[in-house]
Amino acid sequence: MTTIADPKAPRAARPGPGRRSTRGNTELYGWVFMRVSGVLLLILIFTHLWSSLISGEGISQVDFGFVAGKWANPFWQVWDLTMLWLAMIHGTNGMRTIVNDYAEKDSTRLVLKSALYLAFTVVVVLGTLVIFTFDPCPAGAPMDLLPDVCSDLP
Amino acid sequence: MTATLEKTAPGPGSAESGLGAVPSFQVTLRVQRYLPTDAGDLPAGQDVGAPTPGEYRWDEFTLTMHGTDRVLDALHKVKWEHDGSLTFRRSCAHGVCGSDAMRINGRNRLACKTLLKDLDLSKPVVVEPIKGLPVLKDLVVDMEPFFASYREIMPFLVTTGTEPTKERLQSAKERERFDDTTKCILCAACTTSCPVFWTDGQYFGPAAIVNAHRFIFDSRDEGAAQRLEILNDKEGVWRCRTTFNCTEACPRGIEVTKAIQEVKRAMITRTF
Ligand code: HEM
Ligand code: SF4
Ligand code: FES
Repeated sequence: MTTIADPKAPRAARPGPGRRSTRGNTELYGWVFMRVSGVLLLILIFTHLWSSLISGEGISQVDFGFVAGKWANPFWQVWDLTMLWLAMIHGTNGMRTIVNDYAEKDSTRLVLKSALYLAFTVVVVLGTLVIFTFDPCPAGAPMDLLPDVCSDLP
Repeated sequence: MTATLEKTAPGPGSAESGLGAVPSFQVTLRVQRYLPTDAGDLPAGQDVGAPTPGEYRWDEFTLTMHGTDRVLDALHKVKWEHDGSLTFRRSCAHGVCGSDAMRINGRNRLACKTLLKDLDLSKPVVVEPIKGLPVLKDLVVDMEPFFASYREIMPFLVTTGTEPTKERLQSAKERERFDDTTKCILCAACTTSCPVFWTDGQYFGPAAIVNAHRFIFDSRDEGAAQRLEILNDKEGVWRCRTTFNCTEACPRGIEVTKAIQEVKRAMITRTF
């Protein structure tokens, strides 16, 4: 007959008459977004993987020049930007759900979610900046490392 | 060849199992005990095996039970013959009232519908209170948070206009639409098997949604929009992560997860 660690219950009931109502469509939109973005990510990610790692010369083609070449093309710029934003919003919202599911205290939730949103902002801002300000032909770089588009420049 | 009457291999402790007799066997019951801090003085003769106030403890009882016995019978045997201080709820003892939901070998089930012979008796049968609700004593939990969510979804017929002089008619097909969710006995096995409910107990929980479903899809009811509004909450249907624990736990075989999904779908088609 041993004493066991205190299980979750009993726990003090929250004060106030029952649950505070938090009605609204926010969680509905979040739920629908996870599914819609999931389908889009399926297409975006697998096309991205195929075009980079399988088509053409396969994985050995990936170098500075390859990436620079892709980002010189507005099509891949928009593709990668959509992928970045959708994956980040999808992933962050998924992590938010996990925090809600596992964190028991409101203070733990606040800390974890703050860290999550900070990470989201840093990655999305940096990623977007890189896609748009990327210079495929840095001045003074050896020509053989650069994509073909650079040789067309004066 | 000598004709010898082969002795049949003894079943689990089949001491007296003759033809037609119900086999009996040894069962070890491992029960979680808890006595609240404000328990006060125990009645004389009841303090024999009672735990220290405010502490949890495991008690083991070895009992001789029969093939037709359920976990509830084992608990009765303990209470009536070994330790009268063991506390649990039961009323009908036949799977109708929903008062004896408990965690048996890690699964939420009704003690009165769980036959001992269906469990692995080579190990002790572990009996705990259902999780996520405050334990009052031993296997008895405070069901109030559970019923509060139930009351919130308005579990009663909502209509407008003049009352019909006779019954409110409904076709067999319309009745079939919500038949599954009419079977609920409010035992809380589903809600207290849900990991989302365990975390902070704010989630409405499967049982409230099942009982909302029962009226939302009833052709005679006119409160569907209101109920959908109530469950379209941060703590409502969207917290469901389709783990299927509730469907697995329901002693009435209700397809709980499916009912929740149907309520979600009704909200989505209403919004878009
Ligand atoms: C490949 C295509 C993808 C599909 C089809 C997909 C689909 C989904 C769906 C439907 C959910 C919701 C699950 C639920 O509500 O229970 C989800 C959750 C989640 N997704 Fe994705 N997703 C994809 C890619 C990604 C990516 C790239 C990330 C990371 C950036 C990610 C991170 C997450 C996280 C963290 C969750 C929450 C975990 C959970 O719900 O259990 N997913 N995903
Ligand atoms: S749905 Fe099933 S498990 Fe949930 S309260 Fe009703 S009868 Fe019990
Ligand atoms: S005692 Fe009534 S359901 Fe088990």
